[in-house]
Amino acid sequence: MNIPFEHRQSAHCENGVISNLLNHRGVRISEPLAFGIGSGLFFTYLPFIKVNFAPGFSYRPMPGQIFRKLAKRLGIRVKHQRFSSPEKARTALEEKLSQGIPVGLQVGVYHLTYFPDEYRFHFNAHNLVVYGKEAGDYLISDPVMDYTTRLSEQELEQVRFAKGALAPKGHLYYLERLPEHYDLQRAIRKGIRQTCNDMLAPVPIVGVRAMRWVARNIRKWPTTIGVKKTNHYLGQLVRMQEEIGTGGGGFRFIYAAFLQEAATLLDMPILRQRSAEMTAIGDAWRDFALDISRIYKNRNPDADRYDKLAGQLATIAEREKQFFTQLRRDI
Amino acid sequence: MKKDEVPQDNGSLAKKNVHELCYAVDENGQYTTVRSSGWEAKTLALNESLQLIDERIAATKQAVLAGAVSPIAYYMELHRMDVSLLSSYVGMHRWLVKRHFHPKRFAKLKENILRKYASVFGISVEQLKSPFPQSDT
Repeated sequence: MNIPFEHRQSAHCENGVISNLLNHRGVRISEPLAFGIGSGLFFTYLPFIKVNFAPGFSYRPMPGQIFRKLAKRLGIRVKHQRFSSPEKARTALEEKLSQGIPVGLQVGVYHLTYFPDEYRFHFNAHNLVVYGKEAGDYLISDPVMDYTTRLSEQELEQVRFAKGALAPKGHLYYLERLPEHYDLQRAIRKGIRQTCNDMLAPVPIVGVRAMRWVARNIRKWPTTIGVKKTNHYLGQLVRMQEEIGTGGGGFRFIYAAFLQEAATLLDMPILRQRSAEMTAIGDAWRDFALDISRIYKNRNPDADRYDKLAGQLATIAEREKQFFTQLRRDI
Repeated sequence: MKKDEVPQDNGSLAKKNVHELCYAVDENGQYTTVRSSGWEAKTLALNESLQLIDERIAATKQAVLAGAVSPIAYYMELHRMDVSLLSSYVGMHRWLVKRHFHPKRFAKLKENILRKYASVFGISVEQLKSPFPQSDT
């Protein structure tokens, strides 16, 4: 079994799988477009959840949300299945492959053999596509990789049944039905509107307010939890913002690319200008990450550096607040 | 970010010949994708986190050698796990797993329980019992 499947690399696994699966069926939706329609831009601060001994920060919504929203907004029906037994999970996968349908899988990263060791954390919401089986090995199109890879039956079972938070339980999905006609413009507007609402949400753990909360905490951390822990927390923030998958600047550049595409598709030149503004905000996030990383290089610098970092983040929050208020008015 | 500003530092991805995709604007302000081999800023952040893990592993190793905890604790740290994750992998309650950290209770564990732990860590029961053959006496 070897389904002719075009592997295209993407920044983020979820958008990439969606985009590639749709492309396989002849629907050309770029990664930024999938990201924007699925309202992928986000910020959340979860101080009460600890991930790798630091609070949870995220620049994107819960895994699976982008796909679900995109499918709903375009009227695509996607079949999702989870399994209690690895045996059944394998049979279901092979049945679909034999029908010539490429299958998306949710997997754990830790046991993925083709990943560099540094990236093998217990993170269970990675996505990839299986597009065939050859000599006992599954053919894998992992959208964050340059090239396609292979996994043995045993290796695939291990990653499909990884344990812990967001355990995949063999989760597989494939496109069941595509609409004859879909309203791209309406979907784009919906996606943008929801992102604006998310980012300006009147709750402290989401959007602009969450950024402000983090900024306030950065000021406090050095005295309350000590410098070492503060540095670790900030490192977590940088990793969530820049690590493999965000396309740089905590997804801000992908979003700017989306706005640029949307400007053409909706015939709204103002969105081109918004795209340029979003790029500038993304650059500010990059500077923020760069300044944090200086902490690890320079062990005894000026005392007010944490205040400066907090100030930087507060400024970004203010800029994003203005940005999304304007964008909401444009749409 | 401009196309020519996309960093090409030597990151941990480059070792496996993996690149990541970045979005950047070209000279006409059009968005395009550029492959990047890494960025020093995030490599530093990643190393900080890996260093923390190494410190924890080293501390647990000392504790095992001193007879304060069982080798299960060491392998757990080695595999970047915590108690709740390990307990879901072996299919036992977390307080049972925590009990098995006790060296005396560990010494009395039955073969089938030891095999469960060993298979989660991908090692043999012998390796589980004596994790540091050279330094152990």
